[in-house]
Amino acid sequence: MTGIISYLVFFTTMASILAIATLGLNLQWGNTGLFNGGVAAFFGAGAYGTLLLGGTSQEDHLGGFELPYVVALAGGMAAAGILAWVVGVLTLRMRRDYLAISTFGMAIVFENVMRNAEWLSGGAKGLRGFERPLRDALGDGFAYNAAFLAVVLVLLFATYRFLQVLVRSPFGRLLRAIREDETAARSLGKSPARVRLTAFVTGSVIMGLAGGLYATFYAFVSPQDVLPTLTFQIWAMLIVGGAGNNRGAVFGAFLIWAAWTASGWLLSRFAPVDAQIYTGSIQYVLIGLVIVGMLLWRPQGLLPERLVISQSGQAPS
Amino acid sequence: MDDAVLEVKSITAGYVPDLPILHGVSMKANRGEVTVIIGPNGAGKSTLVKAIAGLVPVSEGAILHETVDITNIRPDQMAMHGIAYVPQIDNIFRSLTIRQNLELALRHSGKEGPAKLATLLDQFPALRDKQTARAGSLSGGQKQFLAVAMALATSPRLILMDEPSAGLSPKAAQEVLELTKSLTEAGVSILLVEQNVNQALRLADHCYILAEGSNQTDGKASELLGNQVVADIYLGGRRLRAGQ
Amino acid sequence: MIQHLIDGILIGAILSLGATGLTMVMHMLRFANFSHAELLSIGAYSALVFEQLFKAVLPFTAGTIGPLSMTWALAVAMIASMAVTGASAVLFDKLIFKRVREKGEELSMVFASFGLALIIRNVIGLVFGLQTQLFSKDIIFATVLSRDPLIMVKPDQIAVLAITLLIIFALHLILSRTTYGYALRAVAENPSLAQVNGINLQRMIVTVWLIGGGLAALAGVFYGLTNQISPVIGRDLVLPVFAATIVGGLGSIYGALLGGFIVGIAANLALTVLPSGYSPSVPFLIILAVLLVRPHGLFGEERQ
Repeated sequence: MTGIISYLVFFTTMASILAIATLGLNLQWGNTGLFNGGVAAFFGAGAYGTLLLGGTSQEDHLGGFELPYVVALAGGMAAAGILAWVVGVLTLRMRRDYLAISTFGMAIVFENVMRNAEWLSGGAKGLRGFERPLRDALGDGFAYNAAFLAVVLVLLFATYRFLQVLVRSPFGRLLRAIREDETAARSLGKSPARVRLTAFVTGSVIMGLAGGLYATFYAFVSPQDVLPTLTFQIWAMLIVGGAGNNRGAVFGAFLIWAAWTASGWLLSRFAPVDAQIYTGSIQYVLIGLVIVGMLLWRPQGLLPERLVISQSGQAPS
Repeated sequence: MDDAVLEVKSITAGYVPDLPILHGVSMKANRGEVTVIIGPNGAGKSTLVKAIAGLVPVSEGAILHETVDITNIRPDQMAMHGIAYVPQIDNIFRSLTIRQNLELALRHSGKEGPAKLATLLDQFPALRDKQTARAGSLSGGQKQFLAVAMALATSPRLILMDEPSAGLSPKAAQEVLELTKSLTEAGVSILLVEQNVNQALRLADHCYILAEGSNQTDGKASELLGNQVVADIYLGGRRLRAGQ
Repeated sequence: MIQHLIDGILIGAILSLGATGLTMVMHMLRFANFSHAELLSIGAYSALVFEQLFKAVLPFTAGTIGPLSMTWALAVAMIASMAVTGASAVLFDKLIFKRVREKGEELSMVFASFGLALIIRNVIGLVFGLQTQLFSKDIIFATVLSRDPLIMVKPDQIAVLAITLLIIFALHLILSRTTYGYALRAVAENPSLAQVNGINLQRMIVTVWLIGGGLAALAGVFYGLTNQISPVIGRDLVLPVFAATIVGGLGSIYGALLGGFIVGIAANLALTVLPSGYSPSVPFLIILAVLLVRPHGLFGEERQ
C-alpha cells in the first residue's frame, strides 16, 4: 500500500513538473504561435543551471557555487531565458521556419555540449554533488518526496494562475492578435517581433523552472535527461490537451505521462527479452502517431481553446 | 450600349468560411472600357478582384464572364477563359530574368511564342534592354510594366489589376495608368482597383465605390470626379480637387 | 587539412541533394519539413532491399562496377529507390500534410512533420533492426593520392561526387533553360503568383515531392555507400540539411546546392580545430553565423 502511495507521489511529481514545462510551451505555441523545436534545451538549461549554481564544489568540473537554493533555481531559469533570448533575437523577425529550425538545432547543441564538455557539466556521466534543500530536516524518504510534491504543486498552480492572468491581460490579447494576423497587429502600432520575443523568453523561463525542479528532485542531471524525446513528449502533452488552453496543457501533461509510463511498463513486462531493445522504438512510433493523429482528427485537442472575450468585446449581433 | 464583359451578381466572399468580407457585391464591366473600383481601406476592393480571379472562395452569388459562369474558377485556368490578373505586390518572379518571366507567361503559346515575345518586347522597350537582368533588380515602375506584359502574354480579353500604381513615384504611376488606358484601344477590358482616386477617375469610364464590403454607389467616372458629396462620404473626406 | 576538405566536399555533395528538395518543399508549402531527412533513410533502405532482390533474381548483376564496391544491382536499385522514395513523399503529403493544410492549420505542419519523422525513423528501426548495415562488406582500399600530407580517396567517393555533379548540372540545365524549370523556380518563389500565371499548383506540388524524394533517395544511397546505413541517418542529417537551406537562402534552389557544399566543407574543416565529439554542433554554429551576418542567406530574399 505504501508502495502504491509513494509511486503515486512520484508520478504526480513528475507529471506536475512536465505540466509546468507544457504550460511554458502553451504560452509560446498555443497563445503566440511560436514553434519551439528545442524544449529540451530550455528545460536542460534550467536543470544544469540550478545544479551548477547550487551544488557542492567538485574537483573535475565547474560549478559548486553552493548558492542558496532559491537563488540557484532562479539562476537556472535565467539561463533558460538567456538561451531563448539569443535564439529569439536572431530569428523572430524572420519567417517562422527559422525559429523552428534554430530551436531544434539549439537542443542538439545543448545535449552535445553537455555530453562533451566535462569541465562544465561532468560530461556523459552527468552532474552530481547536489544537496537537496532541507534534506537535513526531512531526510531522504517519503516525507521529503511528499513535501517536494507539495512545493511542485504550489509552483504549478502559481504558473497556471500567472499565465491565466497574462492571457486575459491586454498583453495576452496582443499575443493572439499577432498569432492570428501579424499585419493587422503591426498596423496597431505594436512591434510583433518584440512582443513575440517577450512571450518566447517568458515561456522558456517557465520551462527552465520545470528543468530546475526536475534536477532538484533527482539531485542529478545527465545528457540522457535532455534528449529530443523530452521535446516530443511535451508537444504531445500540449497537442493532446489542447493548444491555447492552460487547463488543457496540464490535463494533457498528466494524460500523456500516464500513457508513456504505462506503455513503457507494459512493454518491459510483456515484450520478449530479445525484443526489449525495440521497446523504445515502439514508444516513439506511438508518440509520433499521437501527434499526427491529433493533428488530423482533433487539432483543437481534448480541451479546446476558449476564446477570451473582453468585456467590451461582446460579439456584435 | 451595355456590352457587359464581366458581371458580378451579388457575391458573398471571404478568406475564411463564416467570415465574409464581401456582402452581396454586384458590378459590371463593359467591353473596351476601364472600370475602376475605389473605396476606403478595408472596403474589400482587393478581395473583390481576388474573388473574380478564383483566389478567394465565393460562397454565394455568381460571376459571369462573357456569359460563362466563372464563379470559383481555378486561378491557373483564368487564361483559358481569356482573363488575366495582375496582383498588387509581388507580381513578378524576382529570381527569374525578365526574359524568363515572359517565357514562363508565354509557355502555353506553342509556336507563336517567339513571335509574341518579340511583340511584347517591342511594346515595352524598357524591358527589352534588360532582358537578361533579374526581375528583382527592376525599378518599381518597370516591375509593373513587366507584370502587365506577363498578363498580356496570354492575349486576355479582360485584365484585372490590383492597385498597379501603389508605391510608385507620381510620374511612374501616371505612366502605368496611361498604359492601362491604352490597352483598351485594342479592345481589352480593364477592371482596376485604385487608391489613387483622382488619377483613376480621370482615366476610367465607369466607377464603383465600395465600403465595408458592400456597394455604395456607382456611376460614370467623369460624373463622380466632380461629386463633392461622394468624395466626402466615401473617400474619408478627401477632396478631389481638379488639378491636384 | 586537405583530407578534411575532400571529405567535406563529399558530404557536401550529399547534403546538396538533400537540401535541394527540402528548400523547394519548404518554400512552396511554407513549412519547415523535419521529416525530409527521413526520406534519405527510406532511399538507403529501399536501395538495400532492391539490391538484394536484383542479385537474387538476376545473379549476373552481382558483379561490381570497375573499381567500385557498387554492384550493377545497386546501380539499378538506386533508380528503383528514387521512384519508391518519391512515391512515398507524395503519399505522405496525401495522407498527412495535404489534410493538415486543407484544415487551414498551416502552422501545425511543422508538428506533423516531426511526428511523421518519429514514425518513419522508428518503423525503419523496427523493420530493419537498429544495427548499422553496409551495401558491401568487401573492404575497398582507398587510393592514396599523396603520402605527405596523407590524402586518401576511395573510388566510391569519386563516383558519388561525379554522379552528384552530373545531376546538379542536369538540374541546372532544366532550371535555367526550360520553361518547365522556370515554372519550378516560380512555384518555389511565389506559389500563388505561379498559379495566377497558369501553373497548376496541385500538379506542381506532386512534382516537387517526387523530385525532392528522388534526390533524397540518391543522397541516402550515397551516404550509405560512403558511410553506413542505419535508422538514424535522418536524425543525423536533418540539421546539416536545414543548415544548407539556410546558408543558401530559403526557396533558392541554387542556394541549396551551394549551401550543401558550404556546410559539408565548413563542418569538416571545423573538425581541424574542434574535438570530433562536437561535430553534431557545427551545423547549428553555421546557422547562427548566417543569421548574424546575412540572415536571408546567399540567394534568399526578404519575404515573410
